[in-house]
Amino acid sequence: MATDARRASFSWIGGIRRAGLAPAVGTTLVVLLLLWLSVNLAKTPSNFASVALEGVTLGLVYGLIALGYSLVYGILELINFAHGDVFMLGSWVSFAFAANRLGLGAETSGFKVVWGLGLTLLVAMAFCGLLNVTIERLAYRPLRNAPRLAPLITAIGMSFILQDIGLNRLGPAPVSVPNILPTGAVFSIGGNEYRWSSLIVALTTLPILFLLIWLVQRTRQGKAMRATAQDQEAAAMMGINVNRTISFTFLIAGALAGVAGLLYALYSTNIRYDQGFQLGLIAFTAAVLGGIGNLPGAVLGAILIGLIQQFNEGLSWHAPSSQWTQSIVFAILILILVFRPEGLLGERTPEGG
Amino acid sequence: MAEQLPEYRRPWYHRWAGLLGEPRRRWRALDEKQRRQANVVLKVLLVGVLFYISWPLAILIVILFAANFLDPYIPRRTPWARRALIPTIIAIVAITYPFYNGSLSEMKLFGAYPDVNTAVIMGVYVIMAIGLNIVVGYAGLLDLGYVAFYAMGAYTCAWFASVQFAKHNVHFGATDVGSTTPGIHINIWLLVVIAGILTAFIGILIGLPTLRLRGDYLAIVTLGFGEILPQVANNGDNLAGFNLTNGPNGITPIDSPGIFGTSFQTGSGAFFTGPRLYFWFVLLLVAITVFCSLRLRDSRLGRAWIAIREDETAAAAMGIPLMRTKTWAYATGAFFGGVAGAYFASFKSSTFPNDFNFNISAFILSMVILGGMGNVWGVMFGAAFLAYLNQEGLANIGHALNQTFGTHLEVPLYQFGIYGAIIVLVMLIRPEGLIPSARRRAEFHEGVHDTPLYDAQHE
Repeated sequence: MATDARRASFSWIGGIRRAGLAPAVGTTLVVLLLLWLSVNLAKTPSNFASVALEGVTLGLVYGLIALGYSLVYGILELINFAHGDVFMLGSWVSFAFAANRLGLGAETSGFKVVWGLGLTLLVAMAFCGLLNVTIERLAYRPLRNAPRLAPLITAIGMSFILQDIGLNRLGPAPVSVPNILPTGAVFSIGGNEYRWSSLIVALTTLPILFLLIWLVQRTRQGKAMRATAQDQEAAAMMGINVNRTISFTFLIAGALAGVAGLLYALYSTNIRYDQGFQLGLIAFTAAVLGGIGNLPGAVLGAILIGLIQQFNEGLSWHAPSSQWTQSIVFAILILILVFRPEGLLGERTPEGG
Repeated sequence: MAEQLPEYRRPWYHRWAGLLGEPRRRWRALDEKQRRQANVVLKVLLVGVLFYISWPLAILIVILFAANFLDPYIPRRTPWARRALIPTIIAIVAITYPFYNGSLSEMKLFGAYPDVNTAVIMGVYVIMAIGLNIVVGYAGLLDLGYVAFYAMGAYTCAWFASVQFAKHNVHFGATDVGSTTPGIHINIWLLVVIAGILTAFIGILIGLPTLRLRGDYLAIVTLGFGEILPQVANNGDNLAGFNLTNGPNGITPIDSPGIFGTSFQTGSGAFFTGPRLYFWFVLLLVAITVFCSLRLRDSRLGRAWIAIREDETAAAAMGIPLMRTKTWAYATGAFFGGVAGAYFASFKSSTFPNDFNFNISAFILSMVILGGMGNVWGVMFGAAFLAYLNQEGLANIGHALNQTFGTHLEVPLYQFGIYGAIIVLVMLIRPEGLIPSARRRAEFHEGVHDTPLYDAQHE
């Protein structure tokens, strides 16, 4: 905290912060939120529980996307706007491959569904990973030493290009995906069913998350990634191929987006060419909420955002309903960035800011 | 590995892509005389292409080049003549545009010249782009939610010049509105100014908490505001029972501006038709905006903006108050956004929440980037060109392409992909834009320290 001298010259903002207005507002908001949740829990406990389960499921899917943002931000300090659209194209590839090429549908038998979806998963991961690497190679790498905002602007441009590719493939209207996963209830809480498809989606994400954390924390390649994130020059001097490490990061991020694309298509059974922008921003909010650049934080933030979204849309007592979801998520984003930019888990970005 | 450290190496495809811009290394290798020759060759090529597309356009460019060439030969004693020559030519061409645009023959590929209504929209976008240029180009703050200011201006105009608040009955200088019409009806010119001031105020409110953040975080926060505001507008038909914005149905109709009792909607006679009046007054607004923007750039405040853009730490060390200067940039940019929004709303006679999504922010941003961040003339060109493409150009080009190649591609459907491609190509090939300011070009090519002093991560 060597910033006191700086603050002195802009004293009134510093004054507000020193007076603890920000923590007070934050605490009040959190207390009100908890109060609202507990009233809802008391009024309709079964509804609350099922909504919470759906929230966690949705949050895990968001987590896969959020990890992609977090990985790339951690290594390049770049908000990869195009990531959400890579995810959208992942949905498209999964849909095109599973439903059109393999002919999977609601009536397909169990065994074929298993290998078909496994194959689709691989295809989607490969497609999105390679797409992401290509984008990095073409659009971001030439700008690596340019002013900081240049690659960000390029990323916005790439996002629009990918979105229009999706528009060309999917058309302007939402495309409905057949119910490939079984839709029956696993269990039901007071009449609210938790469906098999939700369970399968949730259970698929967990091993992938652990695999990713193992990859980054334990393997040699993960070590190279962390080193590059901390200091590219020093990493290069230690014999790390920086370009290849960054490409690898983009590959991983893209593959995660592919998984998310498939799971989202199965979960929501509805894909749109502009889903990537909306969900991408929600996932980005999740990454910021958890602390961008911090992998467990991204998942935690995503689960919280998923819960908030589902509570907002599903609870019965004074819930603002889905037409406000986006505003609420962005308000959280703004509040977090303004008051606690390091996120919930409190870690700085790997390079130390 | 090591090769990427000091300066980035251009990848192989830049050699071809560089043909569009100036291949930097080759350019540096030329001496002064060769550079002049290369410039002449480029200009001749440009004029040739324009001649192919449409000869009046080519002649205009030739006149401008000639004026530029003659500039040093104007006697030094008449500085006003040197300064006024090119603007006067452009002003004459622009003001008389409604009289001759019908008699111009069609352009190759681009089809007919834009009609006067399109020209009004181009003018509105020019104002917005110049406003955004103050934030992005001068002060170097990436604002991805500029559309919020535009929306604010449009809704301000809509509230105070329509039947939206039918319970009240307030009339003040509105043209062509019966005194028994319910709702608030205030003179549009007054409203344009009010909208600007109100929007500037909103800009300050948004800016105060957020401008401490560093570049990309600031971009995201502004994006968040830019997404929230349209949703509020969309859900605003029932804010605790109060109908503020009339929701997705939008507010329509909105009063037209007037002058000397003549409404712009009806016009007066065959000479002062409605579209022409709109066009001339948008030209006036553009002229005021350009004037303000240029004077601001050279003022103490403008130089402070540029100093912050180039090196925040050094600027702070020189005694520039960062927060105040940045907030002023925000407020000024927002002011022009509000003015443009109010005039546009009155011109279209409607506002809808769907007019204000993120795509429009990115659209205005791509105008600034295409033209050249920081240079008013470049930004004007970029804005006019892209607004024209958006209104008429893309449809015409698509038509021409489909006729030539026998395809059935709906080009206007992919407008935002095309703008995205423009953004990417400009950033890769010529990051300083088509008509850059010399200063910005140097920054992009030599790189600047842009490690901000106010680093969110250290707070």
